[in-house]
Order: sequence, then structure tokens, then C-alpha cells
Amino acid sequence: MITFMNNSDSEEEPCNERTSLMSAESPPVPSYQDGLQASEAGEAQAHRKRRAGSSRGPNNITGGETSGSGVPVRESALENEEEELTLKYGAKHVIMLFVPVTLCMIVVVATIKSVRFYTEKNGQLIYTPFSEDTPSVGQRLLNSVLNTIVMISVIIVMTVFLVLLYKYRCYKFIHGWLILSSLMLLFLFTYIYLGEVLKTYNVAMDYPTLFIVIWNFGAVGMICIHWKGPLQLQQAYLIMISALMALVFIKYLPEWSAWVILGAISIYDLMAVLCPKGPLRMLVETAQERNEPIFPALIYSSAMMWTVGMAKPDTAARGPSQQTWDAAEDGREHLRSPSHAESQMSETRSPVPTRPVTSLEELEEEERGVKLGLGDFIFYSVLVGKAAATSSGDWNTTLACFVAILIGLCLTLLLLAVFKKALPALPISITFGLIFYFSTDNLVRPFMDTLASHQLYI
Amino acid sequence: AFFWLLSLLAASLLWFVSVQLSGREDAALLLLGAAAAVLLQELCRFACFKMLKKADEGLATLSEDGQSPISLQQMAYVSGLSFGIISGVFSIINILADSAGPGTVGIHGDSPYYFITSAFLTMALVLLHTFWGIIFFDACERRHAGGLGLVVGSHLLTSGLTFLNPWYEASLGPIFILTLCTGLWAFGTAGGSFRNVLKCLSCK
Repeated sequence: MITFMNNSDSEEEPCNERTSLMSAESPPVPSYQDGLQASEAGEAQAHRKRRAGSSRGPNNITGGETSGSGVPVRESALENEEEELTLKYGAKHVIMLFVPVTLCMIVVVATIKSVRFYTEKNGQLIYTPFSEDTPSVGQRLLNSVLNTIVMISVIIVMTVFLVLLYKYRCYKFIHGWLILSSLMLLFLFTYIYLGEVLKTYNVAMDYPTLFIVIWNFGAVGMICIHWKGPLQLQQAYLIMISALMALVFIKYLPEWSAWVILGAISIYDLMAVLCPKGPLRMLVETAQERNEPIFPALIYSSAMMWTVGMAKPDTAARGPSQQTWDAAEDGREHLRSPSHAESQMSETRSPVPTRPVTSLEELEEEERGVKLGLGDFIFYSVLVGKAAATSSGDWNTTLACFVAILIGLCLTLLLLAVFKKALPALPISITFGLIFYFSTDNLVRPFMDTLASHQLYI
Repeated sequence: AFFWLLSLLAASLLWFVSVQLSGREDAALLLLGAAAAVLLQELCRFACFKMLKKADEGLATLSEDGQSPISLQQMAYVSGLSFGIISGVFSIINILADSAGPGTVGIHGDSPYYFITSAFLTMALVLLHTFWGIIFFDACERRHAGGLGLVVGSHLLTSGLTFLNPWYEASLGPIFILTLCTGLWAFGTAGGSFRNVLKCLSCK
């Protein structure tokens, strides 16, 4: 019964995708297909669910998730069973989210440690106009705070813009925006990344080969993310995109600003999702009212929604549109344009018609995965990457931040299971991560270093 | 792993503060810091046990047949293993990173066997943590104070033995013997026995 909804704020800035868990319990309206959909009335369904939940493997091939959220959650007398189901599947989905987050972090840390390009200071984004090269500490602090304010306000403006676009149904605009963003991300950033990696390892590659490789990579990526593709491939692309974006941030954000921005973004996330007037919350609610998935290409989903057994005549007609919708829905991605490109946050909104209420009377096995916004991926990776880059080469700090973030994610998902509504994924993890980073860097490191130099073990 | 990190954090804090207060680094302070770290680790292991116990009860009430899907021993094993992994990784990863770089081991007069003994010690420590986890949880479950005391004592002993480095015979040897004994004890605690082993081997 946990619907996971990811709100993605696409903006030029790093997306503030939040993981929101939407509870699927809006009786009249099918909830988004996000998240676990567990509440099916009737024991049979509960049982089917149980069976279904464990055997979703083969259905993952369809591109995108089928929007299966239409099942209204009915509080049945089997609430206890549902809860148990929730917890069981919640645990499974936690693990399903651990893997991509870990992969993304591994990619970022590996790149940071080996490719020196991403740790060199080569200028700043226009979103952080104040330089940190000042001699005095106070001035530097002030500049970083000002940078943060600028960045957060840009994010807020973009989010509100997005919400307005969504409210007034300018789907095409959002769609185009998102496509443009992902295009740039897939081609330009990959080109830069590949170039730097090749430079680091001193491998020569001629331009035609490079062109072919990047063209294939980018084209397949666009198709996978915005249209249909195997789930694993789509997940892989989303992870790579998040990693690329995180690397850009690590490179172009000045040091202190990066930390302050991380803190400020988690606070903003908290407010935007939980406050009644927060833009993300309005987005989520509007999308729920209209029975539409939230932006496609901005959310990572861990499983396919597979809706089977709709009313017969419906299926055929609904099939294709549903597919596109789901695919689009799946392909959400947070695209943040780096400043050196125009910020064009493309938000892909799935322009699909509202889904009919999916009342699954028959065999409706939906394996709802958990959805996590790409922005969350990006910021987690930024934190770990920055820890790897600036912690004087210490792996302990990186590891500590990694564990902290995963534990934060666990806790968030637990809260999701308890509260059953959209929740921000950033605050807890980022807080833990920041605490652990600063404490490990300053307190634990000297201790461990001294111990290790005497070869003492504790 | 998280709990271990918390304990490490607390211990480092203690050590750091003590160093600052005393104004100089000292072997004695290091000893104190190490002892504090060990005790805090055991404390955190206990906290882990409590939390897992509660979660276990919650799972048991929610499950269909009243029994939790994970047995306490499995949890003990997992928790011990994770403590071991994070402690081992923290101990060795910087050494590994350095070993991939240029340099000569022991050029300043230290032992040239630094890397390999570190590797062995880390392995022993990881295994020990796993065993301690099993024994600890079992002792807590049965309220067997002797088990608890022995775990804490052997942890302190191990840590103390490492202070004898680089006199490797004195530290590595006893530590390995300790590991073996603790392993056998944990095996026995987890319900294994010689007969079980025979049965398992013959069931091939």
C-alpha cells in the first residue's frame, strides 16, 4: 500500500526529486501507480498479491511501468495482513533501492578518485555567482551562504514554474523541455566524461569511433528513458545520468557552498513536500486528482507495474496508451542543466490521458516498485563524491557517509511504510551524511590514523 | 554497521577531547582511547541487540504464524558480520589504498611485514566480531552474564594484544588461537556439534 511517488522538480538545477510515497488510498481515484499497491480489497487479491509480489521477475521487460496505480486502496478488514504485506514488501523494496543508490555512488566515487578533471576548479556555475577565493573566513562563509540563497531561489522559481505549467496543462512544453534536457545530458556530458576518462588512462580514440559510441549511447538512452525499453536498461541509464549530473555538481560547486547547499536543499525538500502550500505537494495532489503519473523521465522506479486483467474491451485500447504513459512515467529524470547550458529543465510530463480507474477485479498483479526521484540520487552522490574528493584522500570518511546515507534511506522508507504518503527522501539521509562526514573527517580520522600507524586494532 | 560507526564516533570524540585537554599525544591516551572504543563498541552491540529484538517481536506479531521470519541467531550472525565488516574495512582500506601506491614498506625501521600482518589481523578481527555477535546475542537472550563478560573480556584482550605489535609472535599467535576458540564456542552456541558437522558432510 505504499505508493511511492517521486516528485521531481525539474529545474535546471538539480532536481529536487523527492521520494514521495503516495498512499494509494484515495478511494475514488486510483492512485498513482507509484509504490506498492497493496490494498486490494478482498482476501483473494491479497493472496494474489502475495504470490505476485514474489514473482514479478519476468514482467519487467516491458518498457516503463504500466501505470498501475489505479487500485483504490480499500481499508478492508484485512488491514493487518496488508500491513504485514507492506512491511514484507517494504523490506524487499528497500533492498531494491539500495542497489541503484549504491551503484550510482560507486560510479561517482570511482570517477572522482581516478579522473582528476572533476576535482579541479575550473570556474563556477552562474548559479553560484560568488567566489570562494576570498582570504578571510567570514567572507568565504558569507559568500557560500549567498550562493546557497541564489541556488535555492532558482530551484524554487523553477519548481513553481513547473507546478504552474502542470496546473495549466501545458504538457507539450514540459515534454519538450524534458527531452531537450535529457538530450543535452546524454550527449554533451557523456562526451565530456568519456573524453576525460580517456585522457586519464591515456587511451586514444579516434573521432569516428567516438561519434558512433556516443551516438548509440545517447540514442538508446533517449528511447529508453522517454519511451520504452527494458527495465534494467532504463534503470542503468537513469543511474548513469544521475552520476553524470552529480559529477558536474561536484566539479562546479565551490566547497563550502556545496555543503551549505546540501543542507539547505534538504530543508527545502522537507518544506516543499510536507507543507500544505508546498509546490511539490501541490504537484503531487494535482497529479493524483487527475489520475496521472507525475513527470516521466524524472523518477527511478524499481519495478514494473504490471496491470493485468482490466476490463476486456478496455485492454486493447488502453494497452498502447498505457504503455506510453507508463514508459514516459518511468522515464522521468531530473535534469538539471548545468549552468553553462541554458537551463532548460525539461520536464517531461506525461501527456497521457488520465488513466481510467483501474479497479482490478481480476487478476491484477501489480508489482509496484518503489520510486525514488532522480534528484535524490544526484544529491546522495554529490555528498559521497564530495566526501571522497575533499576528505584528504581518506576512504573512511567516504564509507561512513555511504553507510549514513543508506541508513537514512532505510529510515525514510520505513517512515513511508508508516505514513503512506509522499515523503521527502533527502532530509534524513543528507543530515546523517553531513553529520557523519564532518565528524568522521575531523574526529575519527586522526584517531584511526594514529591507531593504524601503531597497528593497533580496536 | 551504523551502530559500530556510532560507537567509533563516540570513542573518537572521547579520544580527541582527551588529547586536546592533555595537550600532547601519548601512548597512554591511546590506550585509554582504544579501551573506550572497545567498551563503546560492546555497548553499541547491546543497543543493536535491543533494537533487533524489538523489531523481531514486531515482525512476529505481524506474521501469519506468529513466528518471525528471521531467527534470532540469524540476526546475531548478520549483526556480528556487519560489525566485523565495517570494523575490518575501516581498519584496512587506507592501508590498501596506500599499498597501491609507490613506496617501500618499513623504510623507516618499522617492520616490513606491515601489510601482510595487517591483512591477517583484519581477517581475524572480522571473524572475531562475527563470533562475538553470535555469542553476545545468545548470552543476552538467555541472560547469561558470563557469556557477556567473556565477550567483552576477549575483545579487550584482543585489542590489548595488538598493542604488542610489532612483536608479531606475541600478538598474532594468541589472537589466532583466540579466534579459533571463539569460533568453536560460537558454533556450539549456535547449536552445532560434532555430530551435526558429520551429518552435514555425509549428506553430500
